[in-house]
Amino acid sequence: MAAQMTNAHRRFLQALMSNGITEGSEAKKLHQHCCETDKVYYAHDKLDDFISTINSHLQPLFMQIRKGISEDDGRAHYAVVNLAETEVTKMASDYTESELELFRKTMDLIILSENGFASSTDILNLADQLKTKKMKKKEAEQVLKVFVEDKWLSEKNGEYTLHTRCIIEMEQYILSNYQDVARKCNICHSLAIQSQGCESCGIGMHLPCVRKYFRGQTEPRCPECNEFWSCDTPGVSRMGSQT
Amino acid sequence: MSQRKRSKGLGCSQLLDGEDDSIPTQVERRSQEQLNQKVSELVQFLLVKDQKKIPIKRADILKNIIREYRDAYSEIIRRADRTLQEVFGLQLVEIDAKRHIYILINNLPCAEGEQLCRDKEKEKMGLLLVILSFIFMKGNSVKDSALWEFLHLLRVYPGKQHSVFGDVRKLVAEEFVRQKYLETTAIPLTDPPEFKYQWGPRAEKETSKKDVLNFVAKMQGKDPKFWASQYSEANKATT
Repeated sequence: MAAQMTNAHRRFLQALMSNGITEGSEAKKLHQHCCETDKVYYAHDKLDDFISTINSHLQPLFMQIRKGISEDDGRAHYAVVNLAETEVTKMASDYTESELELFRKTMDLIILSENGFASSTDILNLADQLKTKKMKKKEAEQVLKVFVEDKWLSEKNGEYTLHTRCIIEMEQYILSNYQDVARKCNICHSLAIQSQGCESCGIGMHLPCVRKYFRGQTEPRCPECNEFWSCDTPGVSRMGSQT
Repeated sequence: MSQRKRSKGLGCSQLLDGEDDSIPTQVERRSQEQLNQKVSELVQFLLVKDQKKIPIKRADILKNIIREYRDAYSEIIRRADRTLQEVFGLQLVEIDAKRHIYILINNLPCAEGEQLCRDKEKEKMGLLLVILSFIFMKGNSVKDSALWEFLHLLRVYPGKQHSVFGDVRKLVAEEFVRQKYLETTAIPLTDPPEFKYQWGPRAEKETSKKDVLNFVAKMQGKDPKFWASQYSEANKATT
């Protein structure tokens, strides 16, 4: 049943598009605000239906409001994605050719890394190897800063990973272009950039998924091969020795 | 389906002439699916351009999106506009009929002075509103020097980096003008050349003299009727 779009839906969609990425509780507030502003029936638990209505109208345009989970805190985030994109075209109009090349190379480093992070040093070393136009380190640092501000990358202790927004928007692109290397979480089956892995069988899981899955278990075991889960599971108390 | 031209060497010209009559018109030949695809592409293109408030030239639309579907141009534009209105609450508006330049404006009724936009935008819009108000209250046109004198009162200086707006001269004289919020024209016979600022076509479409007067009235705690001539002009302009 494709419900009609109302101004509340349009207002919500406009806000989501201008935000780039919207956190779950913000989205709920926005839902309420839009319904109240445009005098449309509001039910606080009907956000998903509200979004489905919008999505049914976005579908013929190959666009979608997609929900993604932050790899850091497990909180839901919403973004409007373009499903027809085969490249990083969303960014194409905002950055120069060399900036885009730097981003792609950074993304390579991040996805191919063990822990989903690329060090600032490694990225800056790429700067003067760019094919489009060599970039000085100072310039590359500035570009990285802009990527962080625009929420394509996030930075922690001098290391960079993909922002939740980037993961939501480019999941398809990454899964198809990095088919053999990109990891999928064993629990939620979404793309996992940062992950913990089983040392025996090699499967990976998001940290928030790990937390949820192993909650209350004193002896965490791999869901796939049942070997003892050797990684530190944050927020889960264990019996026995801890290193 | 287009007929294959039989190449029989000499003597085919009659065949070619005959075939012309039976080829359907270009528009009919385009399938609904192909047109829909173009409409989707155009909607995306417009949304991306609009995100940065860059006015869109018809030439760019033709070159990047329409391409060989030139004959179906007006149909595609019409459908894209309808989609933008129905799904996004945006409208495609031609602001320059001679040079064929478009912008997207927000169709949604704006709640009291509030704009749902990113923080950086909100502040810029605030500054813009103040400038538009000043221009309107001063009779729809102000000299460059008068505008900067006014902004001095708000501690905004053309030569100094502002903590929020950065290079304000660039923001006002370039960005706002490029986005068609403001229009700047040279004042003839001035040496050194002086410029005047007026409302740009995007400002005309996205806000109104009435809204702006109400804003000024609110700021000053007075009734809009206090400014008699502006009040009558603002109410006349409600189309």
